[in-house]
Amino acid sequence: MAHPDMMAGPGARPPSARRGARLGRQLRGVAGVLLSLALTLLGLLLVTFIIGRVMPIDPVLKVVGERATQAQYDAARLAMGLDQPLWRQFLTYAGQVLHGDFGRSISTGHAVTEDLRRVFPATVELATLGTLIGVCAGVPLGVIAAARRGRWIDQIARVVALIGYSMPIFWLGLMGLLLFYGILGWIGGPGRQGIIYDGMVPEVTGMILIDSLLSGDWGAFRDTFSHIILPASLLGYFSLAYISRMTRSFMLEQLSAEYITTARVKGLSERRVIWGHAFRNILVPLVTVIALSFASLLEGSVLTEIVFSWPGLGQYITKALLAGDMNAVLGGTVLIGTCFVVLNIASDILYRLLDPRAA
Amino acid sequence: MFQSSIRALMLASVVAFAPAAFAATPADTLVVAGQIDDIISMDPAQSFELSGQDVIKNLYDRLVDFDPVDLNAGIKPSLAESWEVSPDGKTITLTMREGIKFQSGNPVRAEDAAWSLQRAVKLNLSPAFILNQFGFTAENVDQQVGFDGNKVILKLDQPYAQSYVLNSLASEVASVVDKETVLSHAEGEDQGNKWLSTNSAGSGPFTLAAWRPNEAVQFAGNADYWQGAPAMKRVIVRNVQESSAQRLLLEQGDIDVARNLTPTDIEALSNSDKLVVGNEPRGRILYMGLNQKDPILSNPAVVQAMRYLIDYKGIEGSFLKGQFKIHQNFLPEGYLGASDENPWTYDVEKARKLLADAGVRSGTIKTTVRDMAEYSNVMQTLQASMAQVGLTLEIQQVTGAQSLDAYRARRVPIYIGEWGPDYADPNTNASTFAYNPNNADDAKLSQLAWRNAWAVPDDMNKATIAATLEGDTDKRKQMYLDIQQQYRDIAPIIPLFQRIERDGMQKNVHNWTAGGSVTSAMYGKVTKE
Amino acid sequence: MNPTTRTWLLSDAPQTRRQARLGALYQGWLTFRANKLAMLGLVILLALLGIAAFAPWLAPQNPLAQDLAGRLKPPSAAHWLGTDALGRDILSRLIYGSRVTLFIVGTVALIAPVIGLFIGTVAGFAGGWVDQVLMRITDIFLAFPKLILALAFVAALGPGIGNAVLALAITSWPPYARLARAETLSIRNADYIAAARLQGAGRLRLLIGHIWPLCISSLIVRVALDMAGIILSAAGLGFLGLGAQPPMPEWGAMISDGRTYILDFWWVAAMPGMAIFIVSLAFNLLGDGLRDVLDPKGAKE
Repeated sequence: MAHPDMMAGPGARPPSARRGARLGRQLRGVAGVLLSLALTLLGLLLVTFIIGRVMPIDPVLKVVGERATQAQYDAARLAMGLDQPLWRQFLTYAGQVLHGDFGRSISTGHAVTEDLRRVFPATVELATLGTLIGVCAGVPLGVIAAARRGRWIDQIARVVALIGYSMPIFWLGLMGLLLFYGILGWIGGPGRQGIIYDGMVPEVTGMILIDSLLSGDWGAFRDTFSHIILPASLLGYFSLAYISRMTRSFMLEQLSAEYITTARVKGLSERRVIWGHAFRNILVPLVTVIALSFASLLEGSVLTEIVFSWPGLGQYITKALLAGDMNAVLGGTVLIGTCFVVLNIASDILYRLLDPRAA
Repeated sequence: MFQSSIRALMLASVVAFAPAAFAATPADTLVVAGQIDDIISMDPAQSFELSGQDVIKNLYDRLVDFDPVDLNAGIKPSLAESWEVSPDGKTITLTMREGIKFQSGNPVRAEDAAWSLQRAVKLNLSPAFILNQFGFTAENVDQQVGFDGNKVILKLDQPYAQSYVLNSLASEVASVVDKETVLSHAEGEDQGNKWLSTNSAGSGPFTLAAWRPNEAVQFAGNADYWQGAPAMKRVIVRNVQESSAQRLLLEQGDIDVARNLTPTDIEALSNSDKLVVGNEPRGRILYMGLNQKDPILSNPAVVQAMRYLIDYKGIEGSFLKGQFKIHQNFLPEGYLGASDENPWTYDVEKARKLLADAGVRSGTIKTTVRDMAEYSNVMQTLQASMAQVGLTLEIQQVTGAQSLDAYRARRVPIYIGEWGPDYADPNTNASTFAYNPNNADDAKLSQLAWRNAWAVPDDMNKATIAATLEGDTDKRKQMYLDIQQQYRDIAPIIPLFQRIERDGMQKNVHNWTAGGSVTSAMYGKVTKE
Repeated sequence: MNPTTRTWLLSDAPQTRRQARLGALYQGWLTFRANKLAMLGLVILLALLGIAAFAPWLAPQNPLAQDLAGRLKPPSAAHWLGTDALGRDILSRLIYGSRVTLFIVGTVALIAPVIGLFIGTVAGFAGGWVDQVLMRITDIFLAFPKLILALAFVAALGPGIGNAVLALAITSWPPYARLARAETLSIRNADYIAAARLQGAGRLRLLIGHIWPLCISSLIVRVALDMAGIILSAAGLGFLGLGAQPPMPEWGAMISDGRTYILDFWWVAAMPGMAIFIVSLAFNLLGDGLRDVLDPKGAKE
């Protein structure tokens, strides 16, 4: 799975047709899909819960503070239900989650759902723009590299992609911020928008780019754009690396197929062969790759968010984790896990719907 | 061709983005960058985080308070215009100022003031101990704190020094909240705590416009404020973690004040002609706690030697430059009875001799340090100097929460960290550094002396209590000087430095205060011209 | 190499098993050598190994020696890459840091694929509910935000280089498990497995003796390609202060220390960043080349 912070590499594989078919056999119908989703999420919840409880960070301390007396401490512990046996704590928690109540975050003092509603759009906005950049640059690059296999442009595409995989993104972010904001002053600084625009745009979607457009506030839009462009480009570069490599692989597979040879023999122009025939045939797996890349940007921009003071989900979970704020960690993890699983399943379904061979 | 298109692209981007990036802040808006991700509540009875105190200070008034433009003047009347102490010293009667209104429009009454104190004691959350020092408990507070017409009456269990009581009443937990408004939002037995955590109901110079945790707090000026409407109609405090980012924002004119600049960034800013750098000693003391449960550190000779293994000058002149100054006493500058005697210097030879005389030649200590550059760097220099005298120090970095957890359990052999005063009275530090009534493991006290397992000598315990009851201020001051002298000779919890806050500011910002060593930030008198 | 050996290696009709194996290896080496970028990666990594092995002789100074008077000095003849906030020589710290990097990568690359291989092959070979349960667990770990899972593990175990390695290993095994399971499924019903079974081989023996060896080559390719990711993840943990502990010169932690000074003393953060970049690029180049050799199917795909 591609992932800007973690685990990525050119070895990340596309979901193959084989896997799609296998999944198809496994999950008979919607019920199966839902059951699998529920099981995975329950597992996710359980694992996070256990980690949270064995972690040597005491959430009570965060609530009562450094000066608390033992009596205050004990009272808070009781109020948080931490005196109950673990299994009962988990059941209580899981019951609340079923009712859509993720509890209250001890590090922000707000309901977790309220926090998530605030931080998630920031992450979605960043990941979406990043993926857009990755697609717009990565797909043409991959197609061209495949068409000119072994030539200099292919080598360049390879190096560009490998550099993208090799760059510590947080470091690149620091250096980029220094250069483009600090020295050149071309872009907005850390954060989602200029501070004087803070709270000026009426909130509709929570994605400020869209909200400012909806309200027709061009100043705010330009300001927001100048803040998002650098972090989005960095994430976009990462996603470009993955998408371009995958596009190239898919294209090479198609270009070696018989029907391409036939088309060439028939005298079709190279351009039509590549874009009209081969490219059209890789659209389906490509959509899957893009969906996965999007999912990985959603979950994987923790360090980018930290470097750019981006008040997104990754930063929210990390902070909560280090403060022992398990309600927030659980809520955030379940949200990301849901996105990941849903995108995965959706891309598999799409795959089966669109690809005749897998059916 | 290729180059010219690059240039065109650059030009285009400059045109597109430059106006946004170089905009100065509006004249009636104060924009502050700081680290405010510690705020968990805005209820005065609950909040006890540094940034939370800064917020509450500006949303609420207290019975007595400091003057933001003259902190040295000490406690002044605020919502209470006068007070008197009964002959036996155990009753304080405060008379309310007439005609002041809460931001809701409700009048500020003695009833509100008394109820606010009762509420804080009954909720018994983090800061409640400041009031409980005077003998209040959830059970008796309705009798001990009361009102009569426009007078608030406090009945204390001991004849405490008047300055001690008033200093405590100026702290944020004693803020006066709007009883009617808060009660209308109460849920069950919570006395409105849940609602007040994210809303405000005060009479202060600002109202709370918005709070997005980990992101920003926005204030709106209170046009009807009884001391005159603040010049700033809007104050935005944005959370910016990195010093470098704060500095960039300041240099680009995107913010007015940057509150967490590192020494290197401050140095760079001091050359700018558009910016100024403030210099406010704060109350926080950076100290080294030597846990007396550790077999090596419990040796008095080792404690002696450790005092000479800190490179005070080197640290003050390098990575803590301008952020801390050498201060080897537990009372910070600005407090009654503060001492400026700093007897120890960096002297490895002396430390070696002290250790040799005591027969200590080697040893290994494993400790933890909070993952903040200041503390971890001090710890690393200590590691290097201890190595020179044959002592091995192994360091593990942990998060703030883990560090506190271990410290409370007395599991940190060498603790490097800061202590901030809780209220503007010397007892706040004396009662934690030099007071430990019960050194047993199961006592679970919150005193620093207890956390370092230091059994404070009986006479020092008694002296600390006696100082809270001394009515004569000069005598009281001498008592604290004496305690600190004895403390320097024997204590294993060694004060090293005092925090200095150096805020970077645009030149046009005036009357900014972070609260000095005694209180919190106050935006009410800030002007820009 | 003398011509006879070469001919022997490249023989179309190898006489012995050994000759065939060595011949295949040599063929692979020829393909690999033709890939200039991959060779570059190999050279860089060999150099890194050399640097790590001979660090005490190569480093101009003690990487832990502090000099508060000479802190944050720019690159110069005395300090080729400058000094850090405590006046330590950055070049020497980078040189010693290569040991830390190799330790992390080496250990994770040993642990994660082994866990993955075990779980994946057992699931694929056993089938039925064992398969279901194991794959469900794998899915749960896959659905986790990985850096956050690693963070959680480190927070639970306590920060430190050993625990960081463990956390990375725990979070990176699921893809290997999936890969191993897919390979197992495709060979489970092969004739020679059936033959071995008929000869009376036990399940365990089949697994260890016949299935594992066949999964290993694709796992190796995958590991080589994942190395860079592991380095970046470890650096990320170090950057967050949860990896290596001071004064250990871990590169990610060095970037984290340096970011405080980034505006005026850019080299403190830039140098370790460059080091991470070069090494992870080298691993990627090598992995890309290896894929062409060991996994022609994957290369085409």
